[in-house]
Amino acid sequence: MRLIDSVRSLFKSSSSTSEIDEELRSHIEHRADDLERSGLSRAEAERRARIEFGGYVRYKEESHQALGGNFIEILFQDIRFSLRMLRKAPGFTVAAVLTLALGIGANTVVFSVLNGLVLRPINVPAAQGLYMIERGSDASPQQSYPDYRDLRDRNRSFDGMVAASIAPVGFDADGNASTIWTNEVSGNYFDVLGIQPYLGRFFHGSDEHGPNSSPYIVLNYEFWRSRFQGDPNVAGRVVRVNKHPYTILGVAPPKFRGTEIFFNCGFWVPMVDQEQIEGFNQLEGRATRGMWLVGHLKLGVSPAQATADLNAVGTYLEKTYPKEDGGSTFSLARPGLMGDMLGRPVRAFLAGLTLLAGLILLAACANLGSLFAARAADRSREVALRLALGSSRVRIVQQLLTEAGVVSLTGGAAGMVGSMILLRWLSVWQPVPNFPINLPVNADASVYGIALLLAIASGFLFGVVPVREVLRSNPWHIVKSGVTRTVGRRVTARDVLLVLQVVVCCVLVTSSLVAVRGLMRSLHSNMGFDPQNVLLVNTDLDMADYRDEGVPLMQQRLIDAIETIPGVKNAGLIDRMPLGLGWGTNMVYRDNITDLKASTSAGEAFTYNTSPGYLKAAGTTLLSGRLFARHDDAKAPRVAVVNREFARKVFGSDQNAVGNYFKVFNGARVQIVGVVEDGKYKTLTEDPQLAMFFPILQAPTSATWLVVRSNRDPLSLTAALESTVRGLDPGLPFTILTWHKELDSALFAPRAASISLGVLGALGAMLAVTGIFGMASYSVGKRLRELGIRMALGAQRKEVLQAALGRACKLLAVGSATGLLLGLVATRVLAFIVYQATPRDPLVLAGVVVVMLLLGLVATWIPAQRALSVDPLLLLRED
Amino acid sequence: MSGEAQLLPGTLELLILKAVSLGPLHGYGVLLRIGQISGSALLIEQGALYPALLRLVREGLLKASWGISENNRRAKFYELTARGRKRFREEAEGWNRLVAAMATVLAAQPEEI
Repeated sequence: MRLIDSVRSLFKSSSSTSEIDEELRSHIEHRADDLERSGLSRAEAERRARIEFGGYVRYKEESHQALGGNFIEILFQDIRFSLRMLRKAPGFTVAAVLTLALGIGANTVVFSVLNGLVLRPINVPAAQGLYMIERGSDASPQQSYPDYRDLRDRNRSFDGMVAASIAPVGFDADGNASTIWTNEVSGNYFDVLGIQPYLGRFFHGSDEHGPNSSPYIVLNYEFWRSRFQGDPNVAGRVVRVNKHPYTILGVAPPKFRGTEIFFNCGFWVPMVDQEQIEGFNQLEGRATRGMWLVGHLKLGVSPAQATADLNAVGTYLEKTYPKEDGGSTFSLARPGLMGDMLGRPVRAFLAGLTLLAGLILLAACANLGSLFAARAADRSREVALRLALGSSRVRIVQQLLTEAGVVSLTGGAAGMVGSMILLRWLSVWQPVPNFPINLPVNADASVYGIALLLAIASGFLFGVVPVREVLRSNPWHIVKSGVTRTVGRRVTARDVLLVLQVVVCCVLVTSSLVAVRGLMRSLHSNMGFDPQNVLLVNTDLDMADYRDEGVPLMQQRLIDAIETIPGVKNAGLIDRMPLGLGWGTNMVYRDNITDLKASTSAGEAFTYNTSPGYLKAAGTTLLSGRLFARHDDAKAPRVAVVNREFARKVFGSDQNAVGNYFKVFNGARVQIVGVVEDGKYKTLTEDPQLAMFFPILQAPTSATWLVVRSNRDPLSLTAALESTVRGLDPGLPFTILTWHKELDSALFAPRAASISLGVLGALGAMLAVTGIFGMASYSVGKRLRELGIRMALGAQRKEVLQAALGRACKLLAVGSATGLLLGLVATRVLAFIVYQATPRDPLVLAGVVVVMLLLGLVATWIPAQRALSVDPLLLLRED
Repeated sequence: MSGEAQLLPGTLELLILKAVSLGPLHGYGVLLRIGQISGSALLIEQGALYPALLRLVREGLLKASWGISENNRRAKFYELTARGRKRFREEAEGWNRLVAAMATVLAAQPEEI
């Protein structure tokens, strides 16, 4: 009944408000009529009638409650009132809403990323029992296929175990070949993961009968929608994969993208077809580790038991295959982020981000607290008047809380909209070109829930600040004497909050500056090659079904054709790019070693197979000896060019190296013909590494990068390059990009760190500005009269400024100093991601100081102007 | 002042019902009529009348409509509904019983016990 009343009165609420007003006014007029008749003047009669009536506001509110007695109507009334009050104080409103929007927005984004990458289980039924199997003391996720078969068949702890890897293929559904990434998976993949087809059927373990026996693919749902326009009759269609016919069996369910969150491939293909997919068959290579394993634990088996079980299999492997499977220990990790390889840094980075975002929200709340406190002080007079007119304290508190609620919900909504836009952009962002990585971080219900909760919680946190003042205030005192509370000299909670906020901001500014400096340094560090003016053409001849002798012939034709393009200086081939996504290393041994095992090796060297022209085209400096020539082919003795670190480590110095021999893993002797400068091979932050380059004719490979150095803007060559390659073979899929673009993958981590820290730093800075601004204008506003008196008594501008803003500046200085110190400590953590991240960098230190000074200047400019423009006469006349 | 009595809680409503039972009245009129029939013996703060009036409207005991007063001003007139009339009778009887009982108790002499 009450509810129905409430709802009904909701619709007539505004009319009933004015009706009550009209009725009460009519009463007073009638009374005034009577009093007038008794001989009073009209004005006096009306005054008397109003006094006799009693507390107008109180009776009006009570009547309201009597009529509906409802919470909702009062709420609406309060909301309307709040909106009116907020519109009257646009500066305050904008500052408060913006502050909160930033705080909530930052947290929503960070939480969504955390949720998408770490918290949310991967999109597989029974994801809880899934574990990735890692190998060795360095917990590498990479395993070989023979080991997979043994682990799968000999363990007693898993219901099933799958193997998977990713590879690019030439995909042709309609006559146009293009490069698509695919998941190569073991035949039991869908059955073990418990995935049901969205359309058609899946392949099974029983479909596998040796190499290339299972020409089937299963489409990713998104790929099916985009490439096949969601064609319901797609199952049974035959497409060409690297020019081989493959039958589409079916479509995987929406949102299923395998066990690894980052990878988003077009389709799944059985691993037994590796030869057709990748151009080589390494399924029998026990030491060739290039796939990851995920197993589903049997019910009731603990991860520890399973690990012990796998290690028992490992012991068997070590005994049976001592050469390939030495040190076969296994451990389990959560799937989704390549086990701990990506998982650990991602989790650590996100934990850091979450902490920073939390600090930002805290700072935002502190900010809002002081903004609201300042406002409450400004409004104490209004509140006192309302109290004096008979409004109850409960009503006023309710109204203030409503105002806080309006601000927090508006700010929260604004923050949420902003973060949704950012997240949508993040979700479609491809951080690494030509690689199927993206971040599935779209917000779900839990994110909305958290954001709403944060908004409401912070709303009440700072909404409580003015309430205390209201409950303490004495209306008579305030109305009589105006707002003349003394400015306290002791340290208040507000001061502490403000300092805290400045500290947070300063930490963020410091770490983002350190990250940006590190990024700049890594862009200009010596990578062992010069990416300026270089175009890369990525081809895989295997995708156009080149075989054996055809591969080097075609490669030579490509180089020859490209070198005739005007503007091209040199061109060369390499099998994988340094600082690219893939790398290969091999053990090397001194020439006198005969027993080749891990303990006798001289080190592990990054291995590259190159055409004679590569090192020159890459801009790698030759220190001594010679580069390769065309005669270094399969019939010639094996030769290598090594880097300086290799020469030093294996031969003591670079002079000794040239002409000398070393051994590679299969015992073959290789002569060193040249030494080149050191470079970066895997990450920008690595220590100097050994590297060796072999002539591609002595180690043929079909997947290659053509490195094309030009003496003009490389992008102007793109068209010529394209037509040249097409002219040689129209069916060969390839991609052209600049070397700088290709380096995006190497720079991804430091870039992501710089961007996120930069954004958070900017947020922190904005919050600090509004915080200091709030504090400064509060103190100026409160002491305006005192300042006026001082000026009237002849105080100088400097003294006035010092009186008005001294405290804010002092707090800023204390906060900045603390923040700088903390920031220096915090950036040690950054050193893992960012190249040469050091806080002991004069530019960074100076940068932080300048930024904080600027922030202080920006934040105190307006209050300072206000303090200086005080007109003592005007002020003293007021009140 | 000495002639005026403070109202007991809950009695204002009964007074309003009584006043309105004699004919439709606007708020100020209710006040005047109570003053008139009580001989100004009861002290009512003027504003306090309205929450009570509106409570009665909400309970369905009174109904209100806008009209023009004898002063030629717009005013809201109240009259009893059927339920209001019934409730008024019950309340009045209850009040009378209470008053009679109270009077008996207060008039009791020591020898009667």
